[in-house]
Amino acid sequence: MKIYADNAATTKMRKCAIDAMLPYYDGIYANPSSLHTPGQIAAEAVRAARERMAAAIGCLPREIYFTSGGSESDNWAIASAAEAGARKNKKHIISCAIEHHAVLHTLNKLEKRGYEITLLPVSENGIVRAEDVEASIRTDTALVTIMFANNEIGTIQPIAEIGKICRDKGVTFHTDAVQAVGHIGINVKEQNIDMLSLSAHKFGGPKGIGALYIRSGLPVTNLIDGGAQERGKRAGTENVPAIVGMAAALDECLKDMNKDAAKLIKLRDRLIDGLLKIPHTALNGDRSSRLPGNVNVCFEGIEGESLLLLLDAKGVYASSGSACTSGSLDPSHVLLAIGRPHSVAHGSLRLTLSADATEKEIDYIINAVTDVVAYLRNMSPVWHDLLEGKAQYVIQ
Amino acid sequence: MLYSEKVMDHFTHPRNVGIIEDADGVGEVGNAKCGDIMKIYLKISDGIITDVKFNTFGCGSAIASSSMATEMIKGKPISEALTLTNKAVVEALEGLPAHKLHCSVLAEEAVKAAIKDYYDKNGIEYDKSQFPDCASCAHCAID
Repeated sequence: MKIYADNAATTKMRKCAIDAMLPYYDGIYANPSSLHTPGQIAAEAVRAARERMAAAIGCLPREIYFTSGGSESDNWAIASAAEAGARKNKKHIISCAIEHHAVLHTLNKLEKRGYEITLLPVSENGIVRAEDVEASIRTDTALVTIMFANNEIGTIQPIAEIGKICRDKGVTFHTDAVQAVGHIGINVKEQNIDMLSLSAHKFGGPKGIGALYIRSGLPVTNLIDGGAQERGKRAGTENVPAIVGMAAALDECLKDMNKDAAKLIKLRDRLIDGLLKIPHTALNGDRSSRLPGNVNVCFEGIEGESLLLLLDAKGVYASSGSACTSGSLDPSHVLLAIGRPHSVAHGSLRLTLSADATEKEIDYIINAVTDVVAYLRNMSPVWHDLLEGKAQYVIQ
Repeated sequence: MLYSEKVMDHFTHPRNVGIIEDADGVGEVGNAKCGDIMKIYLKISDGIITDVKFNTFGCGSAIASSSMATEMIKGKPISEALTLTNKAVVEALEGLPAHKLHCSVLAEEAVKAAIKDYYDKNGIEYDKSQFPDCASCAHCAID
């Protein structure tokens, strides 16, 4: 059995997206900026896709800027708000400890340039408290940026609440919604979101394409200077096939969302329950305020990379927050932020399901993980020390 | 592929996994904070390593390095085991990725720590400079 359970990393492309894209490589290859008929057909495809993307998140088409993906959108949103803030002498930015590196590293860079960054902690369930956001807002706060849902532990943040607080206080609010778009309901107007990042390949679209929503009226920094594409803010010939594919994929996601989410939640909970039967195992992140397909657990006494490699050999493709999987010495900043000690954070496993998954596959994963964890614990000196009472269990 | 076939072979079919209850020397190096701990057990008779077992908490290359190191010293005189270098372990494994080289260093250190333990338990004199302590390694500074 081969089971791809790494859908938070990337997804299989939806057939409707591939079908929608192909004509724009073959027949309709003209540049949308060209005045001739084929060019205008391409321009119409981009226009229609922009309209569908806007409808999907509840904004106006002119508030959608196509980008190369989530990281670019995050970088651009934060740079835009930081620059606009600096013009009014506002150089304080609020974010949280479990953001994606596309946000955290951009903030680090701004900190070196004299901005003050408040990184809010999260609860042990991996959720930011809206009241912490409110208490941290100052007269010089230029931006609040809090992710919609976490990429590692799947926790869904109180975005509407934070949006309301920011709107009331007149502070720009950006959310990295890369893991959320296409999987849970989003409406930027209802949720008072000023800027939102999304990426197509997380919802069955192609890689290398995404979008940034920027509420009309907010200042926008030029990201790429050149032609008039993307309202002159991000120059460069549009990736027409990818834009069309992204819109097609998102359309289908939204159509199937309720049905898929209900199915995924059932499978997710079956998987969580099965894995928690392994002794000294804990779920990372809130059990209910959680993306439908996300499972993330820590096993005491083992290390994640060896776990992944052995699961790979059994045909289960997953990921881990272990340091060894990243090339750094520190395990996942998200697991550390929810209070997992280093030794336990090294033994984490993330399984992110697609709506194609079956109960049979879930049971296969549970059996495979149970076997591999037992095998690795048997050769782990850490586990033997725990068994012999020479060390204390962190996970009861 | 991240790892050579040799590494994958030693990782998926590790040699000498286990514990020797009445070991003559036991060495443990690394710490759980950085994600690698190796423990090596030696049985020694007439200066020869007659049996060796290991337990490792760590990534694929840590387990493969332990397996290879134990295979390289089994049946060898102590004097020869002391000359085992991390480089020799890496070569025998047909290479490790650059950021995994420290795993082979741990294997060399674990072998040395087990031999040192044997010397200490039996009151055998030795050159202390042969056994650098864990703190001298910059791999995982513990705060």
